[in-house]
Order: sequence, then C-alpha cells, then structure tokens
Amino acid sequence: MKTRQPKRDTVTIEQGSGGSAMMKLISDVVLKNVTRWGRGGVTLRDLDDSGSIVSGDLEIVLTTDAHTVKPPFFPGGNIGTLAAAGTINDIAVMGVRPLAISSSLVIEEGFKRADLSAIISSMNEVLEEVGADLITGDTKVVEKGDLDGIIITTSGIGVTPRGKIVRDSGLRPGDKIILSGSVGDHGMAVLSVREGLDFELKTKSDVGPVWEVVSAAMSVGRVTAMKDPTRGGLANTLNELATKSGVGIEIVEEQIPVKPDVASAAEMLGVDPYAVTNEGKVVMGVRSRDAEDVLSSVRATRRGREAVVIGTVVKEHPGEVVLHTRVGGRRLMEPPIGDPAPRIC
Amino acid sequence: MRRLRTEERISLDLSPFQSRELVERAAALLRRIAPKEELRFMHVCGTHENVVTRYGIRSLLPPQIRVVAGPGCPVCVTCPAEIDSAIQIARKHATLFTYGDMFGVPGSSISLRDARGEGARVKVVYSMADAIGMANPVAGPSVFFSIGFETTAPITASVIRSGVPKDFAFIVSHRLIPPALVALLDSGKVEMDGVICPGHVSTIIGTHPYDVLAKEFGVPVVISGFEPLDIVLSLVELVKQHKRGARVFNEYSRSVKPEGNPRARRLIDEVFETCDMDWRGIGTLPSSGLRLREEFSDLDALKKYRIRVRRDDRMPTGCKCSDVLLGSLSPTQCPLFGSRCTPDSPVGPCMVSSEGTCRTWFLHGGQDS
Amino acid sequence: MQLCLAIPGRLEEIRGKSGIVDFGGVRRTVDLSLLEKCKVGDYVIVHAGFAIQILSEEEAKSTLDLLRQLEAATD
Repeated sequence: MKTRQPKRDTVTIEQGSGGSAMMKLISDVVLKNVTRWGRGGVTLRDLDDSGSIVSGDLEIVLTTDAHTVKPPFFPGGNIGTLAAAGTINDIAVMGVRPLAISSSLVIEEGFKRADLSAIISSMNEVLEEVGADLITGDTKVVEKGDLDGIIITTSGIGVTPRGKIVRDSGLRPGDKIILSGSVGDHGMAVLSVREGLDFELKTKSDVGPVWEVVSAAMSVGRVTAMKDPTRGGLANTLNELATKSGVGIEIVEEQIPVKPDVASAAEMLGVDPYAVTNEGKVVMGVRSRDAEDVLSSVRATRRGREAVVIGTVVKEHPGEVVLHTRVGGRRLMEPPIGDPAPRIC
Repeated sequence: MRRLRTEERISLDLSPFQSRELVERAAALLRRIAPKEELRFMHVCGTHENVVTRYGIRSLLPPQIRVVAGPGCPVCVTCPAEIDSAIQIARKHATLFTYGDMFGVPGSSISLRDARGEGARVKVVYSMADAIGMANPVAGPSVFFSIGFETTAPITASVIRSGVPKDFAFIVSHRLIPPALVALLDSGKVEMDGVICPGHVSTIIGTHPYDVLAKEFGVPVVISGFEPLDIVLSLVELVKQHKRGARVFNEYSRSVKPEGNPRARRLIDEVFETCDMDWRGIGTLPSSGLRLREEFSDLDALKKYRIRVRRDDRMPTGCKCSDVLLGSLSPTQCPLFGSRCTPDSPVGPCMVSSEGTCRTWFLHGGQDS
Repeated sequence: MQLCLAIPGRLEEIRGKSGIVDFGGVRRTVDLSLLEKCKVGDYVIVHAGFAIQILSEEEAKSTLDLLRQLEAATD
C-alpha cells in the first residue's frame, strides 16, 4: 500500500515470479540498458521463449534459463530434469528441433554427491528422450550459506531454415487452441513437498521434453503460435498469445484437463490451477482445418495423450481471454500477477 | 477448480452442485420469478465472492438481481493497529505465526511480509497445528496472530483448552458476523433486500443467531453453501422471501445444523467473551468481537509484551475499500481499480487479501454483470 | 491461501484426536477435536486443518430436491 513504499530500490520476490511484476523489472532494468538486443531474428525485445540470430539461410535459436526449484527433488523429477526439459522445451515451442544444451552448476558447499549424480543422470535421461546433447558446461562451488543448495543454468540451441520459427504472435481468428494435457501437475507436486505444507498428492510433476508433441503437431498441420505454459501457467500463456497476436480467445472451461487431486490440492491452498507452472505441456494455435489431424497426431505421443481442443481464437475482445465456465457463466481469464507460490521452477 | 466426479470413490456425490444443467434450471427459475424492481442481496464471505466470480454467476442472473459483496473478508477488516502490534512483536519479542492471508496486508505503513524482509521473525502457516508444531520454546517465544470470524475462533479455543506449549501466546482478532450484520442494518450503513449468510460460520454458530435479522429487521436470510448451485438456489429462496415474508432459510443443511457445532460453540464460550470491536473502514460495531477471558489473559500477547493498541480503523489515504466492504461500490467502480491499485501495487487490503473483493475481481475477471 | 475456505473430504483413518482425510485424491492430517463423534467413512468439512462438521448425505439429497420443489411451486 502506498503509505510507505517498502524499499523500491531493491528487487522483490514478486519480481521473480514471471508475472507482470517481473515484466516491469525486465523493461525497467534490462531492456533499458541493452542496445544490442538482436536484429533480423527473434530479438530480446520480443520477449519470446527463445531468441534467434539469422545466419545466411538459417536461423540459430538460442535460449537460457536458471533453475532454482525448491526442494531440488520432487515427485516426478528433480532440478536436473527441470533444467534440461525446460531449456529443450523453450527451443521446441519455437517449432525448432533442440540440438544441444550447456549446463552451468552453482553448488553450495556440502551438497550431497549422490544427489548431484542423480541430478545429472536425470538431465541425461531428458537428452536421451529427445536425441540432444550436453556439449559444454561450467561448475562452481560456493561457501555454505551463500546459496540454497544448487542453481542450474542451462542454455540451448537449435537451427532452422530462416523464417520457419513459430512465434507466439501468429494466431488468427478461427484458429483452434490445443492444450497437450492436464495443467497444474508440476506446481502442485512441488508444493506438496514444500516445507510447512505437507499433503500427499498422487499426481507427479509433468516435467519432461515436449519436442515429440511439437513435431507430431507440425508434421500434420499448420501451427500458428505456440508456448509452453510455465511460469504464470495456462492463464498467463493464453493472455500472452492473445496480446501478442492481437486477437481474442474463447476458452471452454470444461475442456481444460485438471486432475482431480491437483484440483483438490489447489482448492485447499487457495491456488489457481490455471496460474500454476507446467513443465511438460504445450499450448498451440492451429489452423482450424488442421485441428483434428493435429489432435490425433499429438495424442499418439507419449506426453500428448490427453491433448484436447480447449478453445477458439476470435476477433472480438482482442488481447482478452474469455472463459466459459462449467456452469454456463462467462468471465475473463486474467493474467496472473506474481506467483501463487515462489520457487516452483 | 475442484472437480467432484461421480467416478471417484466417494459415495457422497456432491458433483450435482456443480452441474451445468441444474444451475441453468435454477437460473431459469430465478429469471421467471424475479420481480421487475432491482433487488440487492448481500453476502458476507470472501469465499462466496470467489465462487460467484470464478463461475461467472453474475452473467447468469437477470439484470435486476444484484449480488453484492459485504464485509466478509476477515483480513480486510482487521485494524492497522493490530497488524502493527504483530509486526512489533515479530521485530522485538517472539516468532510471529500468521495465516498466509494476513501476510501481505499492511498495517498503518508496512506489512508482515515487508517486516520479514527487514529481518523480523514471521512464519506463515496453513493451520494452527503447524504453528504449534513449529514453535520451539528453546529458540524463543512464539505468538500466533489469530484472526478470522466464527469459523476460526473455535480452533484457537480448542488449542488453548487442550494446552498450549510453553511461551506461546496469541493476538486475538476475531470478529462476529451476526452482530456485525445487526449493527450495519441498525446504522443504515448498508442497504440490502436480503442476506446470503456464510455457510461455514453458520456451521459453527447454527441458524438462530440470524433470527433477529428476519424478525426485527424484516430482512430475508438464506444460509448458503459454496457451490454454484447453492448460490443460485439461495437467490431463488431470497426472492421468494422478498415476496412472501422474511425468515431464516438454511440452504446449506448438509453442513449447517440449527444448533451449529455445539462443541465448537462451547469452546468459544469457555475461552472468549464478546466485546465491541473496530472493523477497518467501518468503525466500531457493538458486541462484534471476541477477546480472551480473564483466566486466559496470560496468553494475551499484547498484555504479555505490553503493547498498547491505539484505536485506528482507517483505510489508507485515497482508498475506497470502506465503500467496497459496505457494498456501496463495486471494485470496478473504484477509480483506483486496475490502474493505481493492483495486486502488484495495492492501495487497500481488499486488493491484497485472497478474500478481498477487489483482488478476486482483478484476478478472476469480476464484473458488475 | 484462503481463510474462509473449507472443503469436504472423506475420513480415511482416525488416530486419536486427529485423522487422515482424503480430498479427492489429496490426503492430509486433520484435527478432529471439534467433532463430538466421527467414524471412518464420514465426509467432513475441514477448515484450516480442523474438521468442523460431518456432512449429511441425506441433507445433500434434500437440497438437490429443493430445486425440483421450487420449480413445482412456481409452475
């Protein structure tokens, strides 16, 4: 509240959560200080999942992410799975085959070697699934107390013929919105083992690479826009797609898959399952004529079995996402601010 | 949103309360019987507002039926001085345990969250059991910031009666719904054609505390559950009473018994006594609060740490939360809503608390109709 | 994290004053001190970690029947 602005000269925890607070930090502090933000390809200013540089007839796609998930081991995976899959997916949702990643580890003194080994093995499993490689890395150890456990930063690259990148701004009225599977799994799985909130959840994190889902979709139809619903969840992703494409989106709530135990857990904690991170899902806009084929193709993949059409792109209410609720009501699906819970990814 | 499916291994099937078909039938019935004039029905529960907004229930109602949010946000009506006391305790005296919802609400200047950022010892818990479990007398004293309406009071009472760990005290900040409703109607500060009473407060207190509203004020009363069908059915009942005469109807009979929860009521009675209480943005409402009885006064953290709480029920400068709490302004009618006041940089508690009407509307696309 | 919120779950186990409640697949420990009596299989309303009431299946049915009654009364 504005009676006293507590220390606006410092970075706040809300600014790390992927919502509008973070976007403001980025535009105020990052974009303002960068003049070399890229030309010709997907630039820093586009704030897309990855960036790209044009080189002759090719476009080289590059992405990077730091992973701070707490606790580092959670049902369904660990920080290694997350780091590898997260970066792989940022390339994949540009419609580009992920080729290689790098991995920088910053480890707190005292971290268990067996845990570190398990984390790296998990990264490798993700790479095996996709057929990509870890070709370089860096390792630092800091004194006990200077860091909470481990932070992993991964960067990834892919290459594609120039102009073939799928942006998040290509939706057109009439396109169908396809979601590759249930939402809320990762966020709730991590919260279930967070200290101070103990509850047992059957559903595990969905963390994993989505390249197979993406290539299955693109091989049979026109994918006009794509994002993975990580921070800010489905709601943030849909709003970004609507805003960047300058279109409206109408969503049928009944079609959004949410596992019953995830829904219950979210309800108990007062957390919105549509605002919570997913680490193994894709949201894509598909030309309406191709929607059936894309759906069948995606459903044949390991991670896309529960894919479903959740809505349609319209020209009305551009930039807004309207939700048709389960009981026949209507409301706006707003972009979340901040994070329902910090450090889920 | 919690999905209750018939395939789940539960024999108590509550999924019909979320049924599109049944809700549409109830809404159609409401449209048939609603009179021409505008009727304002007020609820006093943040969770009711949450359900109404998330399910888009207002878009199903005939335009002349208005569902208005009242002061049903316990955190929003907690006074700045109480929050300041909690901060003072966390800074100087003890580890302060709080429900998550209070964490970000500023007192007269900063919030418990801000205080923690500056080094004060504040811990967020989901339940008091967690606070008890985490309290460590060896590490130092603990204080629990006990807020809420009648649903949370028996929890504090139960813990106090069954024995509290060493060096564990309470800031008691509980408010009571029926006396508040009476005071508001008496003062003429709110206008309503009917009240939708909170289902879980009523689960504790039963139905009789609301009789006075119907008998003396002639205001229709329906105690409502929290599923979409509950709410629309309750509105149908309220319209019926508007035509035929006010009474107290218990729509949430699957949870609310006429006598409420006797054990919980006994516990409240044993540990607390009624007192006049200030409601932030509203003022003093007679007999609308609870304080610890004399024999438990050694558990009163404000006494223990000699903290003087001055009277202050003000909202921050420029904030219109008072009007929102009294139902005379909807969030979108507040000039600050969405521009100067957002969850990122809130002006008033209604935008901070998860029970706050403004926050609910902002996050879930609330509209007047 | 919501305060007013109380949701229903099935009491799966009783261990003295507390029990394990299953909320549509999520299991949590719940304090049963506010209930006079309860048994495994009961559906309870839980608020801030405490069970505050046992849900009545009969009353749930009768509330659903209310819609039909109200419709009949206005036809």
